Amino acid sequence: MNILSLFVLLPIIMMAGVWLSRTLGQIRGVMVIGASCLLALSVWLTVSFLSLRAGGDVSPMLYTASCVWYAPLRISYAVGVDGISVLMLLLSSIIVFTGTFASWRIAQAKSYFLWYCLLAVGVYGFFISVDLFAMFMFYEIALIPMYLLIGVWGSGRKEYAAMKLTLMLMGGSALLLIGILGIFFGSGAQTMNVLEIAALNNIPLEVQKIFFPFVFIGFGVLGALFPFHTWSPDGHASAPTAVSMLHAGVLMKLGGYGCFRVAIYLLPDAAEELSWIFLILTTISVVYGAFCACVQTDLKYINAYSSVSHCGLVLFALLMMTRTSCTGAILQMLSHGLMTALFFALIGMIYGRTHTRDVREMRGLMQVLPFLSVGYVVAGLANLGLPGLSGFVAEMTIFVGSFQHTDLFHRVCTLLACTSIVITAVYMVRVVGRMLYGRCTDEHHLALTDATWDERLVVICLICAVAGMGLAPFWLSDLIGEGVGSILANG
Amino acid sequence: MYSDFFSMHSEWALTFVLLFVFFYDLLAVGRARRIFHPLVCGLMSCYLLFSAWNLGGGQLSLFGGMYVSTPIANVMKIILGLGTLIVFLFAGEWLHSEENRLKQGEFYVLVLSTLLGMNFMLSSGHFLLFFIGLELASIPMSTLVAFDKFRHHSAEAGAKYILTALFSSGLMLFGLSFIYGTTGTLYFSDLALRLSGSPLQLLSLAFFLAGMGFKLSLVPFHLWTADSYQGAPTPVAAYLSVVSKGAAAMALMCILMQVFPVMIQKWQLALQVLIVITITLGNLMALRQTDLKRFMAFSSISQAGYILLAMLQGVPSGQTALVYYILVYLAANLAVFGVIGVVENKTGLVERDDYNGFAAAHPRLAFVMMLGLFSLAGIPPFSGFFSKFFVFMSAAGGGFYPILLIALLNTVISLYYYLLLVRAMYISPSDEKGAAGFSALCLGWGDKLAFALCLGGILLLGLAGGVYEFIDMVNG
Repeated sequence: MNILSLFVLLPIIMMAGVWLSRTLGQIRGVMVIGASCLLALSVWLTVSFLSLRAGGDVSPMLYTASCVWYAPLRISYAVGVDGISVLMLLLSSIIVFTGTFASWRIAQAKSYFLWYCLLAVGVYGFFISVDLFAMFMFYEIALIPMYLLIGVWGSGRKEYAAMKLTLMLMGGSALLLIGILGIFFGSGAQTMNVLEIAALNNIPLEVQKIFFPFVFIGFGVLGALFPFHTWSPDGHASAPTAVSMLHAGVLMKLGGYGCFRVAIYLLPDAAEELSWIFLILTTISVVYGAFCACVQTDLKYINAYSSVSHCGLVLFALLMMTRTSCTGAILQMLSHGLMTALFFALIGMIYGRTHTRDVREMRGLMQVLPFLSVGYVVAGLANLGLPGLSGFVAEMTIFVGSFQHTDLFHRVCTLLACTSIVITAVYMVRVVGRMLYGRCTDEHHLALTDATWDERLVVICLICAVAGMGLAPFWLSDLIGEGVGSILANG
Repeated sequence: MYSDFFSMHSEWALTFVLLFVFFYDLLAVGRARRIFHPLVCGLMSCYLLFSAWNLGGGQLSLFGGMYVSTPIANVMKIILGLGTLIVFLFAGEWLHSEENRLKQGEFYVLVLSTLLGMNFMLSSGHFLLFFIGLELASIPMSTLVAFDKFRHHSAEAGAKYILTALFSSGLMLFGLSFIYGTTGTLYFSDLALRLSGSPLQLLSLAFFLAGMGFKLSLVPFHLWTADSYQGAPTPVAAYLSVVSKGAAAMALMCILMQVFPVMIQKWQLALQVLIVITITLGNLMALRQTDLKRFMAFSSISQAGYILLAMLQGVPSGQTALVYYILVYLAANLAVFGVIGVVENKTGLVERDDYNGFAAAHPRLAFVMMLGLFSLAGIPPFSGFFSKFFVFMSAAGGGFYPILLIALLNTVISLYYYLLLVRAMYISPSDEKGAAGFSALCLGWGDKLAFALCLGGILLLGLAGGVYEFIDMVNG
């Protein structure tokens, strides 16, 4: 059996394990063992992928395997990874692992973890698939557990938020389905394998121009593309901690990854022609998201809008379509995934203690919750792009790559998007200053205790990852670079 | 000539079952009556096995082309039989209630005779046989709809059903008379050669489509549907929504492909219009329903629109997608109707709000219902996703992208109302009335077996690619 299929199989085994467990201890045991195995597997995959590449293997995808699923319809279950998907798998494993600990004390643990594992099946399956049908299927598998995870375990206006999120993402996938069928029938390929369709590269420009917007918007909805981002703040604000982590950290990356792997890879000519429309939208996303974050007072809303801004930057960089900017986009996906997970984890922990997420009601938390507060400061600094942390590497690469275009339009867009760095600094510094520093006067807050061991584990893991990425980015960008190269070379 | 009779395997077997049940009902007393339900279910299973045994072999033309049995039609007959078996299994508890105990035999005989009629519809090679099959399928059905004759709703529903059924049959006969008048024949094989697409024949096509539209409950011919479903006993509503609809859809597709290939552009246009309004209006009306049986009625109207998508291209691969869609739809829809029936039978609750907190009171039933709803909404990894995808693929293969866009956007609406029910079960807190009623729910062996069959269908039909490939292989 192919090694990649383990990524789908393991969460399914975990589901079975959780289903059969009788006590909370057993459920936790299954989850921790499973999540650790996944993490170990993805680390091993990264290492062995690097060594295969170092050994001179230059095929665009490694560990490929394909088995026919629906022969009459030319659908197969095909897997394979390149540098980009290897890193996405690694990111997912880190988030799934830390998310398990972040949900350590959740109510109704059994059904919660069942849905959580199903979500993981969808996410992993999407990143390993190279068949359009399988990709689409896993994409939708990842969407539906969100409804129950938010609706049952969420807080605030959870029913509204869950419904809005599910329906908007489903609307996106409806557009996506048309795009996929259009690509398949337009190319006249013998299978739905992405690699084969890309190799044929024979979709006429008119057809590409019809289906590119469908695919790009379809994935873009999940990547919080400007007019379709409204599910994100409500959804993230209402979701339980680990679900926000997984959703903002990994699921939103499905959007960016899909735009790159399907829309830009398979419809390169249309991407070239139509990118200006979407560049305008993503520039709006970047700047508008940042401004929105400035006026919010709820911590989760601040981060949700910040995610809109940062994920907008991912799509923005992908549409610039230079090798450097696309590398930056993937780096930004990783960086944003890690730091936003850190943010949501910390917010969940702080909320669990103070029972408020309103910035105005908290003051001087550094006094009472030093560990969590320091974590929050680190996350904030990563978010505003301090050198040495992951945000800097990603944004720097993006803007350098985008500025390589010499024409006015691209340059103006780049400059506008650059302003988001400053705006990000404004809201990050404001929140940190307001909430963490000063004197804590609230009696209830003074009695709070700092992080427990499981919470510390989550925070330390994520901070290590963020700092590691910031300090040693070169192996990452090499790994991404070749994946990006082969995708862009198609056009 | 007489040997022709014996080649109609599944019809013979079904007639045997029907007569056996009829006489058993007349003669059995005491203990023998108590095993009536298991016996009928056993006989149905034998009938299914027998039909599956005879599945091999190619096309068969009997009585000079009056009766034509194609392999794909035989597969469809088995699927319909399977649906009937599941409905019988679900109906066990309901039939054992005080008021229905004496009418048990009637229920089986009536259902089996409609099934026989559908089998003839699917195997007809001549419009007269088709029409007789259609009538055999619809007249006993109206009796079934009015089965709870002391309930006012049920009688009203029966009356509505018989009136619309007769009207639509009349309309169709009128259309068929034009065809006979212009071509002088009613054999499908001859008609394909003699039809020219003259205006009179177009009119007859329109009448034919309208007649079938009633059976399939397509908008604008759907007005009887919600009332009949609401008034009919739940097992009958389930049977109507799945078996009856599936047979009509399959028969329509076969006839459009066999008889009217000359007018393909005309009926494609008509189907496109029907699809758009059926799916859209069905969905919009479903949004407003709070009574679950009415809700399922409108949901099944919009599902009929998706079934039509498979016909659009008018090619055999579409036929495969259609048969597969009906099989998957059968599993999911019967699961949902099964839960509704069990709950209604024990507690009398059918409103959506009554289901608040259902998951806490009865996690297993709620889970089955949720999977059924997800499958109907087309969510992976449940089989509904696969059947919807294949239907869409079939439409996209013919280049009907605008219709596809509308249909797909409608899936979002449909997801909304299916999720409303999931929300009621899983998220909304329970009120006291429901919680008290649900605690009394228990399942008989028939219900358990039926749920197991449905659940198996929902989970496995899609992920296991073999089923689709088998249907495709049979279809050639």
